[in-house]
Formats: sequence, C-alpha cells, structure tokens
Amino acid sequence: MTVSKQQFLDNPLGQKTTLEDVLDAFEFLDDWEERYAFIIDLGKQLPEFPDDERTEENYVHGCQSQVWVIHHYDEGSGKLFLLIDSDAIIVRGLAAIILVALNGKSPRDLLATDIDELFEQLDLFRHISPTRGNGLRAMVGKIRDIAAAETAA
Amino acid sequence: MSDLSVANNTATKAFDVEAIRRDFPILAQEINGKPLVYLDNGASAQKPLAVLDAMDRYYREMHSNVHRGAHTLGDRATAAFEGAREVVRDFLNAPSTKEIIWTRGTTEAINLVANGLAPRLKAGDEILVSHMEHHANIVPWQMLAERTGAKVVPVQVTPEGELDLDSFNSLLTERTRILAVTHVSNVLGTVNPIAPLIEQAKKLGVITLIDGAQAVPHFKPDVQALGCDFYVFSSHKLFGPTGIGVLYGRAQLLEEMPPYQGGGEMIERVSFERTTWNVLPYKFEAGTPAIAEAVGLAAAINYLDGLDRKAMEAAENTLLVRANELIETVPGMEVIGTARHKVPVMSFKIAGLHPSDIGTLLDQQGIAIRTGHHCAMPLMNFYGVPGTARASFAFYNTLEEVEKLFTGLQKIQRLFT
Repeated sequence: MTVSKQQFLDNPLGQKTTLEDVLDAFEFLDDWEERYAFIIDLGKQLPEFPDDERTEENYVHGCQSQVWVIHHYDEGSGKLFLLIDSDAIIVRGLAAIILVALNGKSPRDLLATDIDELFEQLDLFRHISPTRGNGLRAMVGKIRDIAAAETAA
Repeated sequence: MSDLSVANNTATKAFDVEAIRRDFPILAQEINGKPLVYLDNGASAQKPLAVLDAMDRYYREMHSNVHRGAHTLGDRATAAFEGAREVVRDFLNAPSTKEIIWTRGTTEAINLVANGLAPRLKAGDEILVSHMEHHANIVPWQMLAERTGAKVVPVQVTPEGELDLDSFNSLLTERTRILAVTHVSNVLGTVNPIAPLIEQAKKLGVITLIDGAQAVPHFKPDVQALGCDFYVFSSHKLFGPTGIGVLYGRAQLLEEMPPYQGGGEMIERVSFERTTWNVLPYKFEAGTPAIAEAVGLAAAINYLDGLDRKAMEAAENTLLVRANELIETVPGMEVIGTARHKVPVMSFKIAGLHPSDIGTLLDQQGIAIRTGHHCAMPLMNFYGVPGTARASFAFYNTLEEVEKLFTGLQKIQRLFT
C-alpha cells in the first residue's frame, strides 16, 4: 500500500478545519480538562497514516512518543500537504493543531508562519518550548525542512 | 527499608510530615494553579533549607580554593570540604576518608572505575551486570568491553521485577571479573539482595560495584557490612546539590588503579621527565573540585541524620502501601515491578494511553512524575513497553498526595473515554 495523493488532499486539518475554528473554540474552553478534551478530539481528525510510511526516513527523532511525518507537494496549486502520525494521544492532538496552521499552504507561507506565537496564543507554549522534551519542536523542524527543500527545488 | 511491622503508631506519630515539608521551601508552591505534588524524586529530590543555607553560608563566609594553605579563607574552605568527606565516610560506614572520592555523580563514578579496571581485563573476561540496570551501569562497561575484548553479560530479571537468582548463579563463573549491579532499581523500586550476591562474587575473586543512586535516598548502606569493593551514588538524589557524587572504593583497589583524569590536585610532582600521582583520594580528583556542593551534600546527610530514620522508612512504606491499595481504582492500570522488597517507587502503564499522555495531564493538575524509558531501555524491552509512567515518593510526600495522584489518573481516564 502506498499513500495516494487523495489521502493528502482529503486531510481536513488546515482545510475543512481552519485555524479560525480552533481559535474560536479555544476561547470558550476555560479549564484544562475542556482544553485537553478538545485537543484529544482534534487529534481524532488526523487521517489514517499508511503503515508502510512508518519508516526511519519519515520518523521524527527526539520525541518521547513515536512520530512520523510525510508530505506531498502539489505542483498544480503550489501547496504542500502533510500527514502526521503518533502513538501518543495528546501528541496527536497537538500535531492536529500544527496541521491546522501549516497544512495546505505554499512552502513560502508555511515558512512564514510563526508556530511559537500560535502555541503561545493557545496557552500551549510549554509543549513547544525548547525546554520540553516531547519533540513537538522536532516535528515542526522536520516540516519546515520539508518546506525549505521544496522552495529550494 | 523496613516492612510494615515497624509502621506502628509510635513511629508514625514521631514523624511529622507537615513539619518536614516546611524544611523544603520549593514544595510550597502552585503549578498550573494547583498545589505542587512532587512525585519525581527518583529523577532528582528537592533540597532542605539546611542545604541551601550551608551553601549560601559557604560562599558568603569561607569560599576560596582548597588545599592551598596560604591563607585563612583557604583553611576554612579546606576544613569545610574535608569535613564533608568525613560526613560521607560516616554515612557509608567506610573505613577511611581516603576511600571517599568526589565525582560529578554516579555516572562519572562508574566511568572512573570502569576506566581504572581496564588494565585487569583481557579478551574472554566477563562483566556481570543485570537486566534492570540504568544505562549508566551498562554503557561504561560496554565501552570497557570494547577496549579489552571482555564481554558484558546481563543477569535476567523475573516478571515481578526481581533479580533472577538462578540466572545469577549460572552466569557467575570463573570468567567473571566484575559484578556491577544496582542496589535499588530506578524503574521498579526493587531492593536487590546484594549482600549474598557480593559474598558469592567475592569467593570467586570478582570485583564488585554497587550502584546506590536509588538506594541512598531511602536507607543508609553500610559498605563494610556489604563487603563491596565500590559503592557509588549522586548527591542530587540524596536531597543534596547537583553536580557532585561519591565513589567509595576499597583503598587497595584504588591504589592499584591508574588516575582517571590528569591535571591539578591529582599530582604529587610534575616534570617533563616524570610526573607522579598524589595520594588517595586526591589522585582521582583532578582540577578544582565542587567545594560548595560537597558542603551542601554534607548538610543534606546531616539533615537526614537528624530525622528519625526508622519512622521515615515506615512513613515511606505507608505511602507505597496506600498507592498499592488504590491501583484498582484506575481501570486498566498495571504496575510494572511488584517485587516483595521495594522502596516507594511505582512504575505503571494505563491501557490505551502513552506514558507521555499521562505525564502531560498530571502536570496540568500540578502533579510531577517521570515518563519515558528511564534510561533503562533493556528493561523496557523486557517488559515490551516503550516507556512507563513513574511516581517516585520521598519521605516528604503525604498520603494526601498519593491520593491526589490516583484522583488525577481517574480524571485523565475520564478524559480519554
């Protein structure tokens, strides 16, 4: 089984589910339980990840959980599409937020997006700060490397 | 560790945990709007005021370099520094301060010994470790094996998390040169029956090293009663400062070992023709040592000596007993490490959750635990888990905090279902 272009295009995160949706929803969540319940739910929107793409090449090092990232660059629209997988539920939710912000953008727009600022806005900065060993930063780093490679190509 | 029988009323009453907590200023704070519940003591323990004050006073009143002898401050610093060595000697019941070497921690102490024993090893020799060792008690031996052609052989662990004594008996042979085992497992909390193992090893002339990093926060080892050749631990897990640790070594072996690092302090005479080494313990202490940290560690040990040890051990055991009682209140929770003799450490997994999920959501509730592989990947592989969540208790933890941990876990479970 190899991943099809359609699987990337069907990823709702960053497309049907927009950053605005997430920011709006977050405004109404006031305690940690509601916020994390929302994050967990958002993680459920991650499309199924193809088994044969769980390879060393796609693996994100530096995470406590296992994380994989794959991409598809759509020549026609000039947009970069991403899929992420993780075995930790919270990390899946946080990955979904990252995709909401970065998926389906042009590599140039992706590189111009300030993820730190977004996480700060959502009061989730501790998850992405350099002191945190859970590898979200490594995940974002990998995505930015992919985008940088596409702009250079 | 004591068993439950010593947890009688007198002992429990004598141990006033609320008074003890006031000695640890860091505990009185809120994290994410909730009172801090610090259950990551196995990673690093908090420091009592006595330690903070001792280090502060050292820097305010007596700091200077040690062993120079030209002025009064130097004398004060040296007296404090060597006084600390004596406190550690007494703590371990070592015969002499010559046998107490300051290191940066447990890891450096083991590396020092592995390096020093290299000349004794040849191809075909075996270094016996166990499957439950911290990487710090595996990797230095693997590096030594690489250099010498020796082989690192792991003693098996039982599913309950005890050392498999049949495995030990079959692997301890005339090829064994070194036995390096942990006194207490950092993941499982198991207290290993090291005295008989050391005795058996000694009969075969095997050199023994005990990793005491997780033992000393809970009880006092007696290196003479144990009869081990080396005993190592870190200050920061013993309520002392970071950056310093201890190597106890039998003088005869230390004398025979080559120095670990070269530099100041460790030499007697230096010339381009011939350099000679300083006497023990200085031969192994190159460079200006961690003076304030040594003073801080001594203050930590003195603080612990001021507590009722028996009552403290009983109180810790009460925490573990309560935690064990509450396991069944969290469906799907499984404890890894159910040895008969344990310090208050609880490693666990919860069906369907990654350890990092548990850690993140406990932190939201002000509860600090450790998640991950705990630098014990071979043990994680043995149990077939990527990692565990670990709550490790100290004598300043309360029964209420144990209960908060379980209430927290129940909340997390509700969130995921």
